Amino acid sequence: MAVEVPPPPFSEGIFPCTGCHAGMPVNRNRRVLTEMHTDIVFKHDAEHRWCLDCHDATDRDWLHLASGERISFQESYKLCGQCHGEKLRDWRAGVHGRRTGYWNGAKQYLLCAHCHNPHNPRFRPLAPKPAPLRPTAITEARHGRQ
Amino acid sequence: MDGSKGPGLSRRRFASCATAAAAGWIMTACGPRQLREMPRARIRKALKQLDREYSTRYGKNVTVSGAPALPGVQFAYALDLSRCIGCRRCVYACVEENNQSRDPQLQWIRVLSMEKEKGIDFAHADAYYNPAQVPEPGRFYVPVACQHCRNAPCTKVCPAGATWTEPDGIVVIDYDWCIGCRYCMAACPYGARHFNWTEPSIPKNDVNPRMHVLGNRPRPAGVVEKCTFCIQRTRAGRYPACVEVCPVGARKFGNLLDKDSEIRYIIDNKRVLVLKEELNTLPRFFYFYAT
Repeated sequence: MAVEVPPPPFSEGIFPCTGCHAGMPVNRNRRVLTEMHTDIVFKHDAEHRWCLDCHDATDRDWLHLASGERISFQESYKLCGQCHGEKLRDWRAGVHGRRTGYWNGAKQYLLCAHCHNPHNPRFRPLAPKPAPLRPTAITEARHGRQ
Repeated sequence: MDGSKGPGLSRRRFASCATAAAAGWIMTACGPRQLREMPRARIRKALKQLDREYSTRYGKNVTVSGAPALPGVQFAYALDLSRCIGCRRCVYACVEENNQSRDPQLQWIRVLSMEKEKGIDFAHADAYYNPAQVPEPGRFYVPVACQHCRNAPCTKVCPAGATWTEPDGIVVIDYDWCIGCRYCMAACPYGARHFNWTEPSIPKNDVNPRMHVLGNRPRPAGVVEKCTFCIQRTRAGRYPACVEVCPVGARKFGNLLDKDSEIRYIIDNKRVLVLKEELNTLPRFFYFYAT
């Protein structure tokens, strides 16, 4: 069952990948990239995986599952769910990830990649919003120091 | 009986008693009445008047809804403690949605930072944490607002009957009926109720014009207020503001009676807890661990 999601969060100008890759020879050797995509920090089981485990070598506009089945970027949650099965189950139930919309009607889903960088999926720390004022600070602001 | 004038009811006495009773009846029937006892027609009239008052005061088109509870709905909330990073986005989304006073500052959600080593420990919790980045190592975060208890201590102590549980489970306050005695604040074990010591102030531009009479309409000075599960949104089918803003998706909301809802999935499949369970308040606000 496909889930309706917003467009995948591509870096600007990167898609379609075939824009560059179309005529290029395919090098299936695992290696460190030095000419392109050097901005990608890969920290996602890097010991065991690399680009072509998820990206399709023959048509770069697609991803592929472990079975070899091609899937679009829109359905990338299926790819993530191969390893993170229980997260996929929770996500489908609306429990993993953010939902907006209607509790009794249409809900908007996000792709895994909207919150987790697939190349480096750990959720990045955020700056917190300001702490609440202490009650003493509120009184002082209104009446001056007692 | 010999026909002489006994101590019985004289004509004059009967007439004056009857007049007093009639006057009393008219005054109670037509005078100010508590919202939950008002007939719908009168509520509609009162809401129209509120629309006008708030629209003039804030210079924008304000609508005050009086939407009643939806049939077959029991609201519940769940918050994933394994995901919350303590960023306080929910606190400020709530302030904006629910027209909370900016000065003096009043916030319905309080995020408590706790030590992982100690577990849930209110005595050593810190609401004023302020690091450059969250989450901090070794700490976890417990946002606390009204728990919408099914056995709510706050509604029992109100001497005015100004706070009660609605049929969909939302604990509400009638701001026109609250006398400001703050008994409910003393009764609440979660510190979820807040008092307006002075007239709350909200910049006109920041006022959310979509209001509910038991929810986010601006409060007068001298009354208590608290989370209403965003009654103005949830009774229209929408998620509460805090659910939609949470960047880690830790906040979940839905109908307990709908077996396909997120909330039922969580209760059926996750490790769920409530705060201060030993007090038997039976909160509708659950905390859970998704991992």
